Amino acid sequence: MFAKMKRLFLITAAAVCLAATQAAAAQTELTMYYPVAVGGPLTKVVDGMVEDFMKENPDIKVNAIYAGNYNDARIKALAAMKSGKPAQLSVMFSIDIYELINQDAIVAFDDVVETDDEKKWLDSFYPTLMENGKTDGKTWGIPFQRSTIVMYYNKDAFRAAGLDPEKPPATWEELVSMGKKLTKADGSQWGAMIPSTGYPYWMFGALTMQNGEVLMNDSGNTTYFDKPGVVEALQFWKDLGSKHKIMPEGTIEWGTLRQNFLEGKTAMMWHSTGNLTAVKKGAKFDFGVAMLPAQKRRGTPTGGGNFYIFKNSTPEEKKASVKLIRFMTSPERSAEWSVKTGYMGVSPAAYETSILKDYVSGFPYAAVARDQLEYATAELSTHQTGRVRKLLDDSIQSALTGRSTPEEALTNAQKQAAMLLKKYQ
Amino acid sequence: MHQIFSRQSIYGWLLLLPAAILLFAFTYYPMAGTFFDSIFNEGSGSLSSRYNGPLNYQMLMIDPVFKTVLINNAIFALGTIPVSIGLALMMALIVDQHFLGRSLVRMAFFTPTVLPMIAVANIWLFFYTPDIGLIDSLLAFFGIEGPNWLGDPDTVLSAIIVMAIWKEAGFFMIFYLAALQTISPELKEAAKLEGAGKLYYFRRVLFPLLMPTTLFISINAVINSFKLVDHLFILTKGGPDNASNLLLYHIYETAFSYFDQGYAAALTVVLLLILASFAIVQFFFFDRRIHYR
Repeated sequence: MFAKMKRLFLITAAAVCLAATQAAAAQTELTMYYPVAVGGPLTKVVDGMVEDFMKENPDIKVNAIYAGNYNDARIKALAAMKSGKPAQLSVMFSIDIYELINQDAIVAFDDVVETDDEKKWLDSFYPTLMENGKTDGKTWGIPFQRSTIVMYYNKDAFRAAGLDPEKPPATWEELVSMGKKLTKADGSQWGAMIPSTGYPYWMFGALTMQNGEVLMNDSGNTTYFDKPGVVEALQFWKDLGSKHKIMPEGTIEWGTLRQNFLEGKTAMMWHSTGNLTAVKKGAKFDFGVAMLPAQKRRGTPTGGGNFYIFKNSTPEEKKASVKLIRFMTSPERSAEWSVKTGYMGVSPAAYETSILKDYVSGFPYAAVARDQLEYATAELSTHQTGRVRKLLDDSIQSALTGRSTPEEALTNAQKQAAMLLKKYQ
Repeated sequence: MHQIFSRQSIYGWLLLLPAAILLFAFTYYPMAGTFFDSIFNEGSGSLSSRYNGPLNYQMLMIDPVFKTVLINNAIFALGTIPVSIGLALMMALIVDQHFLGRSLVRMAFFTPTVLPMIAVANIWLFFYTPDIGLIDSLLAFFGIEGPNWLGDPDTVLSAIIVMAIWKEAGFFMIFYLAALQTISPELKEAAKLEGAGKLYYFRRVLFPLLMPTTLFISINAVINSFKLVDHLFILTKGGPDNASNLLLYHIYETAFSYFDQGYAAALTVVLLLILASFAIVQFFFFDRRIHYR
């Protein structure tokens, strides 16, 4: 009896294995990692899109694997590569580009696309979003979950403070003067909050650009941390807390800021557009979304994740990967993604689709990030990007917490960054 | 010579073999590998690795973050170990007595241990959040404006120490509780007859008998104070400005955020040396002063 069952089991197992290998032979199988950096059920959205893709392309099987935040996704993808079981494509931080090239992990899209149609597709995205995906004249990353920083503000709080809810601050000066009116003396409501944990360099990229400066050059081998305009920007950030008293002193937590805003503890917050849908769902008050204010000009860095294709994959897999990426970034999909998350549509065509047109006409704030693109610049990205970013993060936090002056902190960071980048010049 | 190869000794070696293989494969081999990595410049992608000599160790000397994390780790260890052990002993003594709702209290003490560190950190993140967090809400009730716990370099490390104690104490309590149950009640009765006070009984009888447990717990506590960094991922990422950064987190960032495997290996060797020296001191020094029954 027992032996019989065992044999039956073995036969079934063999049959299952055989069926599996046959199916695999007919299919190209892709493994894709993707990160999620903001709240909300984004994994479901990605999984849904991938399923739609497989329905349209039965010859391609995609394993979409949620891989944590941007850091985790890169670590998992590179660890998989070293262990000899690489993924074929992945969504990773747009600013990981130099690291991934230096590790010889990815291929340029120029070397993978074949038809004119595909080449044209490479040029179909917003050029600003391509800045972090291009270097040495080649395209290495295709924009997918991309964002800019926007200012969310509580219109009810503006009304209560006697301010016009349709006129959010457009300059640093207005930010301070309105912030003062919005800050309550008993500490129950702050004027503004700019998060300084998690991604401080990103917020700082906005402030420096508004002051007419950028943080690095196009080849990613020189940083400008100690320029007077950059120091001024950090001084302003610090002053918001220590001098103007419209923001709490010390660092402000990235992860809980949205909660602070939703509970009315701050009248304004700077945050990723990726939070838009979550704020829209969670806000019990009338809220608005505006471009970031200007000093010398308006400005924000772009942010978020790009698609990369790994070098270590067969030509068929690369071809299938391009197919998948084209599907995920097509105007309709990009529009759907934008509506469900708040991330921006990645191409002008996405905003021409009926999905996004209807959404924007009913909810104009969905277009703020796009409108802001014309003032946007690349996100901090250099060779040795992890270390350089950490240097800047530390110096920002050291200045905000009063451990050193902005000038000391940034001069120090610049010195160390220059040392790290010397060999790439 | 023939002693080693006698039938019986071969039998003995064979019995040891599975454990030996596991130890070598998963402990000694990786340790040696780490040391070799630390004297090589790990090749990235197209560059191949080459011999680096003591360069990575020289970098330790000039790395300001390394110095910070060592100091932080020392403070973290000194802050968590004595308090959590003392608290564990106190809680164990309380729940060793008979009273109504004892199992409920036991469970309450033990709950933090069951939770994963990541979950704990997520809970405490909302405790510590300025203005809307639990602690600040409580303080606001009394009209006190709480500090920015995790955003201020002066408070962040203490905030993390408190959380670690909360997490650890319940775990150590279990060991004390187990040890207390093995101590015969006759001792207590005898002490009572002799007229020894409660405090005297604890100091002269109970505590010495618990010493083996205390040693075991203190070793665990030392290891944990270097091993527990999960909360940093959620709470502070080592910030602000490295004020809450710990050695293991620095190793993680070096290896996986900067991709500097060689330097990460050098840092790991330092961590191994620290832990090994603690273990040696504890086993060879304290062990002699402990009374085992």
